[in-house]
Amino acid sequence: MKRISVFLLFCILMITSLFVGTHELSIAGLLAGVPEAWMVLVKIRLPRTISLVIAGSIVSLCGKVMQHLLQNKFVAAEAVGLSDSARLGILMVMLFLPNGSVLLRTAVAALFAYLGVLLFLSISRLLPKDNPMMLPLAGVMFGNIIGAVSGFLAYRYQLVQNVSSWLQGNFATITVGQYEWLYLVIPVFFLLYFVTYEITIAGLGEDVARSLGINYGFLRMFVLGLVAFASSIVLLMVGQLPFLGIVVPNMIGIFFGDHLKNNLWLTCFAGSSFLLICDLLARTVIAPYEMPVSVIAGMIGGSLFLGLLFWRQIR
Amino acid sequence: MKVKVGSLFLLSLCAVIAYLTYNTYGNWSFAFALRGRRLLAFGLVAIASSFSTFTLQTMTQNRYLTPGILGLDQLYVLIQTVSFFFVGGIQLLSQETTTMFLLSILATALLGSLLIGFFYQNKGHHLFLLLMAGMICGTMFSSYSTFLQVLMDPNEYDMLQGRLFASFNHIHTQHLLWAAGIILLGSLCLVFLIPELNVLHLGSRQSVSLGIPVPFVHRLLLFLIALLTGTASALVGPTVFLGFVVVTITYQVIPTFRHGWLFLGGTLIAFLLLVFGQFFVEQVFGWTITVNTVIQFLGGLFFISKLILERKKG
Repeated sequence: MKRISVFLLFCILMITSLFVGTHELSIAGLLAGVPEAWMVLVKIRLPRTISLVIAGSIVSLCGKVMQHLLQNKFVAAEAVGLSDSARLGILMVMLFLPNGSVLLRTAVAALFAYLGVLLFLSISRLLPKDNPMMLPLAGVMFGNIIGAVSGFLAYRYQLVQNVSSWLQGNFATITVGQYEWLYLVIPVFFLLYFVTYEITIAGLGEDVARSLGINYGFLRMFVLGLVAFASSIVLLMVGQLPFLGIVVPNMIGIFFGDHLKNNLWLTCFAGSSFLLICDLLARTVIAPYEMPVSVIAGMIGGSLFLGLLFWRQIR
Repeated sequence: MKVKVGSLFLLSLCAVIAYLTYNTYGNWSFAFALRGRRLLAFGLVAIASSFSTFTLQTMTQNRYLTPGILGLDQLYVLIQTVSFFFVGGIQLLSQETTTMFLLSILATALLGSLLIGFFYQNKGHHLFLLLMAGMICGTMFSSYSTFLQVLMDPNEYDMLQGRLFASFNHIHTQHLLWAAGIILLGSLCLVFLIPELNVLHLGSRQSVSLGIPVPFVHRLLLFLIALLTGTASALVGPTVFLGFVVVTITYQVIPTFRHGWLFLGGTLIAFLLLVFGQFFVEQVFGWTITVNTVIQFLGGLFFISKLILERKKG
């Protein structure tokens, strides 16, 4: 029942997203076949909605997978230095190959992100195991080192504004011809779906997973590679989406449990719904202007997360 | 220990003289006024960050913490933004700005210590919760600030920006005296609390049995930490890892638990670091990097290497 309601909410939000915006778009106009209405729908609203759905679901799914792999409820792509490394990669492309294609940028960013996560993992083995807060803390510190390097480069070559402007998550610029790279992450869904059981078992810890016959090292490399790839694409196409990868999986975990295979699609739908709500708000708050969606996501996600912590504390 | 602290003091004296007199192109009084103010601000920041970090680490018994991670600087920005948004910048500018400054620092300290106090309760170890809440609050507060800044009248936004974006390159000196007063007062309170801090070093259970009213002392300390950190970030912007770097170095140089020595040594080391950093940024790198970047980088490296070293020991 609850699952169906999440799905219903997702459908309603998707349809709403198609019809909300500066340019008025009505069902009557579409039915009457007004060419302008169809153009708005196909060239602007549809790409935007599709990219919202893809980005929202992949980011929350990546968060969920990371939380299983690292056995820590509070990590997501942004908390293990992944986004910072990807940003460094993009900065490198900007500096050394300024005319590089989107594909090249994505590839370099994904490579940097992957290397960054692997480096962080090798550091995280040194952490004291008894203390769950050390992992996110070390992640923040690690992200800071990488961030300082890219901060230095950006400051040196006067790219600070450039970098910070496109890191703001924003769907306003998405039209036909601007977002299609996001389709590249769709195979990631299926690949992750393929190994959900293994990831769930890996969430029990390395020793247990090994004794149950999982090739732990390979699985971790494989999954982290996928996460790095998907996150870099979202970062390039959309920007940073704070809290999405932490709040949504935790909420799903509270209401539906931690079984990854049963909740995979649910996590995706919930992530998309969350991002759709944020983007709808971003579109309407100061219409006809727009707010960066990352701001709304930071506000709502942060409040929800804090509420979650408060709630647990009171209980 | 006296020798070490004494030589630190001499070193910082040398650094001050070198910083004040190097490459002044004969225009000594101008350079003195400009650099002297900066040195004063450095001194204040050194006091605030080292005192607050030692206190936080002692009361939480964790050598990895730094108050900058609790999101207090973002809270200060948010409070400034909110007051601009709801009162209006023009009205605010026409009013006495010193009261505004003091009020927003006080609000930061109160709200910050309330928030921290809620998440840091004495039953059990909720340190993890506190840290998570702090990091979340940082991002969330900055989102709220951005939200209001986007909604704001562009003219007011310009004024706000001029007021907010303090950094080591752009120190806000207009309230230097007031900030000095607050920081000195706060650190004086901590100096009076040194005996309690020395006992708290043993852990809160031992402290209770040794007659310390731990919940009350903790709340007082949290308020002082929030006050010091808020004021420092009003002066020079966020200095997330300065405290961490300084405290780690200080424990290496003077391995003691007596907070009097720690405070003194930490302040001197922080001051030295800042002056040397600024000297290099100005004279060697020719303003191509910022002190913040250097601290951020060094702080991260220190953190990781500390992790590795502790691991090898244990």
